[in-house]
Amino acid sequence: MSQDHVAIVFAEPDIAARRLPSATLEANFGDIHPPLDRHEARVAADRCLFCWDAPCVTACPTGIDIPLFIRQIAAGNPLVAAKTILDANIMGGMCARVCPTETLCEQACVREAAEGAPVKIGLLQRHATDALMESGRQPYRQGTPTGRNVAVVGAGPAGLSCAHKLATLGHEVTLYEAREKPAGLNEYGIAAYKTPNDFAAREAEFILGVGGIALKTGVALGRDITLETLRTEHDAVFLALGLSAVNALGLGEEALDGVEDAVAFIARLRQAKDPGEIAIGRRVVVIGGGMTAIDMATQARRLGAEDVTIVYRRGPESMAASRYEQELAQTNGVLIRHWLKPKALVAAGGRVTGVTFEYTQAQDGRLTGTGETLNLPCDQAFKAIGQAPGGFPALALEGGRIRVDAERRTSLAGVWAGGDCIAGGQDLTVAAVEDGKQAALSIDRALAARATA
Amino acid sequence: MADLSVSFCGVKAPNPFWLASAPPTDKAYNVERAFRAGWGGVVWKTLGEDGPPIVNVSGPRYGAWHGPDRRVLGLNNIELITDRPLEINLREIAQVKRDWPDRAMIVSLMVPCVEEAWKAILPRVEATGADGIELNFGCPHGMSERGMGAAVGQVPDYIEMVTRWCKAHTRMPVFVKLTPNITDIRFPARAARQGGADAVTLINTITSVMGVDLDAMAPWPPIDGQASHGGYCGPSVKPIALNMVGQIARDPQTHGLPISGIGGITTWRDAAEFMALGCGTVQVCTAAMVYGFKIIDELTSGLSAWMDEKGYASVSDFVGRAVPRFTEWQHLNLDYVAKARIDQDLCIQCGRCHIACEDTSHQAITREKDGKRHFEVIDAECVGCNLCTIVCPVEDCITLVPLTEGVDPRTGTPVGGRRTWMEHPNNPSVAAE
Repeated sequence: MSQDHVAIVFAEPDIAARRLPSATLEANFGDIHPPLDRHEARVAADRCLFCWDAPCVTACPTGIDIPLFIRQIAAGNPLVAAKTILDANIMGGMCARVCPTETLCEQACVREAAEGAPVKIGLLQRHATDALMESGRQPYRQGTPTGRNVAVVGAGPAGLSCAHKLATLGHEVTLYEAREKPAGLNEYGIAAYKTPNDFAAREAEFILGVGGIALKTGVALGRDITLETLRTEHDAVFLALGLSAVNALGLGEEALDGVEDAVAFIARLRQAKDPGEIAIGRRVVVIGGGMTAIDMATQARRLGAEDVTIVYRRGPESMAASRYEQELAQTNGVLIRHWLKPKALVAAGGRVTGVTFEYTQAQDGRLTGTGETLNLPCDQAFKAIGQAPGGFPALALEGGRIRVDAERRTSLAGVWAGGDCIAGGQDLTVAAVEDGKQAALSIDRALAARATA
Repeated sequence: MADLSVSFCGVKAPNPFWLASAPPTDKAYNVERAFRAGWGGVVWKTLGEDGPPIVNVSGPRYGAWHGPDRRVLGLNNIELITDRPLEINLREIAQVKRDWPDRAMIVSLMVPCVEEAWKAILPRVEATGADGIELNFGCPHGMSERGMGAAVGQVPDYIEMVTRWCKAHTRMPVFVKLTPNITDIRFPARAARQGGADAVTLINTITSVMGVDLDAMAPWPPIDGQASHGGYCGPSVKPIALNMVGQIARDPQTHGLPISGIGGITTWRDAAEFMALGCGTVQVCTAAMVYGFKIIDELTSGLSAWMDEKGYASVSDFVGRAVPRFTEWQHLNLDYVAKARIDQDLCIQCGRCHIACEDTSHQAITREKDGKRHFEVIDAECVGCNLCTIVCPVEDCITLVPLTEGVDPRTGTPVGGRRTWMEHPNNPSVAAE
């Protein structure tokens, strides 16, 4: 053990499943945003001004024609609206649920400037895409076969988006996924109440329904396949590897029970048949300031944890989690504490019993400790201090992530990359979808050029 | 406090807000509720001649055009005249007038276009103590197929003839209710005056089809799979009604003929506008049918507050005040130049002004400045058409500002002149002189 744990004796850790009655848990993990019904959607849609060169479209990483799809909803045509959305963003359904719209399209909405109340773009997008999913219709089909086969590694948002676009362009796709199920963080990394009723799986199924995509799960790059083989066996390769590692606190947490990666916990909770199966501490500390910290803390509260504290080393304005997300946690009873960094884990009998934090301050933009400390007792501590690259094949990196150009081409010929694994990524589903789409278009152009060369 | 009371063709009422002849005035129960609520008068729903009662459809009598939030923008109906026995209506009219002597009680009538029919019913109405009659020459559905209502109102000679009969057979004031379903409203109004009408009432409803059910492939709403046209009213007909009212008010042949205005009046402001264009009273139906009789409180308090603010002691102080400024196109000043001005502080950057002007008008609004989204009027292109102010979602962000001096950068013509088409050099008849 590289770190001496502070020896303060706390009561036995209290970690338990089924803290709340089943009905409460069901409600807590149901849909956080009730969808708009038809009338609500019409009223919301009517507020759209159908702006010229609309700022919301510019603000959307995938460039969805928002005014058009809203007008199609207003005209009573949600299925046509859904096609407008999905043509630009095949994960329009998930993005409607998880996009930080308050910092993207809805922030740009001129109604926000005019009245401080943007058009409910996210909810309208959900209204349209839900309607399409409920209809069971498949508006896409495989393009005229080109005889090409592209390997897509990783079936998260970037991979699925790329595979779908390639399929519509007529290319065969082999989609490799290390986990058991496709959809990546949509399936494993997002709070359950944001995507209930197995939406991530249903959306992945819908995307794969275009045809021409062979999904191979349980296949990991570097373990089961190599990039060299893929480059030989396929006409092009798209890497959508995500970030497989998580940052460490460096406080010897590996040796202690009761300290867990938030992403791992979120994945466990998402995969549980019943959230009641998942044990949670009475007192929980979550370290971090991003969406994962919010999802972790909010879900801990919703599982019945009594005291949940998010601890972040800087002020609220620096948190990666949007203000909406911060407020969501707070209204769920989560306490967010700022300007504290973890200094030591408090343990008893090999279990964490608390975390010692040091107060911080920013001096000339640099974060320094003040020397003063604070002990927060807890039964469980979760780290949500970011995911990290890991297991990348040998190609040019930048800041530890894969370097790509505007078309998402890597340093290796015939290899493209997108999603969280690339440098300069926004760590957003919507950005990953755009990466996949742009890469597919670039691959298509490259294959066409190769054919005529 | 402004005095809202009116004396209209000798008919007195505590305020100018009357309920139009329509479903809300079909029986004592409704009319008494209206009077308790504060309405100044009613035009009792149209009575027909004695005999087997009228039969109405027992399916949808109304259709509506809704805004997205279910606001009723327009209403259409196919209800006929009263379907209750004449005797009962007359008895109730007498009773209500007796119990509410200070309120105006006008009785709408529609009988066949023969003198005997009118001669028969008029004394019976007179016996109720009603203050006046209104001849329903406007109803465009159902009754018109039987030669009554709009079928009479569309033939000025008939209007004059029937009006004359009525004036001959009753001492009561005779109001003639006009149909808008004609080419020029002035002709029926002139005919009414010729026949001796004390006032005209307008507009009645506009023939209309509210929509088509694209699944059933039938006009909507249907009666057992079919539909007929109906009569359209409500907020969306107001501009049509205002024009017709104003045309009659300014027509030399009908100028001064009292007018009771109808057509989508919903708020005090609507009413004041009708009155400024010449209406001594106004009649309301759709707004009451949508919101109930309580809207009278907004109508009276709003009108009263506005009159106080403007210093109008009584309604006669402003009735018809806008008429002199209602003219023909040929009398408009062609040397007047206004330019749109965009208040950059209020602009929310939606770009609607730009695209409206760019796509459909005069290419007079910029889209960017110094590489940034920026909307500004190009005076050398702007004709002052008002489209941008209309499409702008922000109130008062775009305004039309008259040029008071210098030269119009679009035409190079000095501003401040006053030439109408009558004096304009491009007018061939002027050039010929």
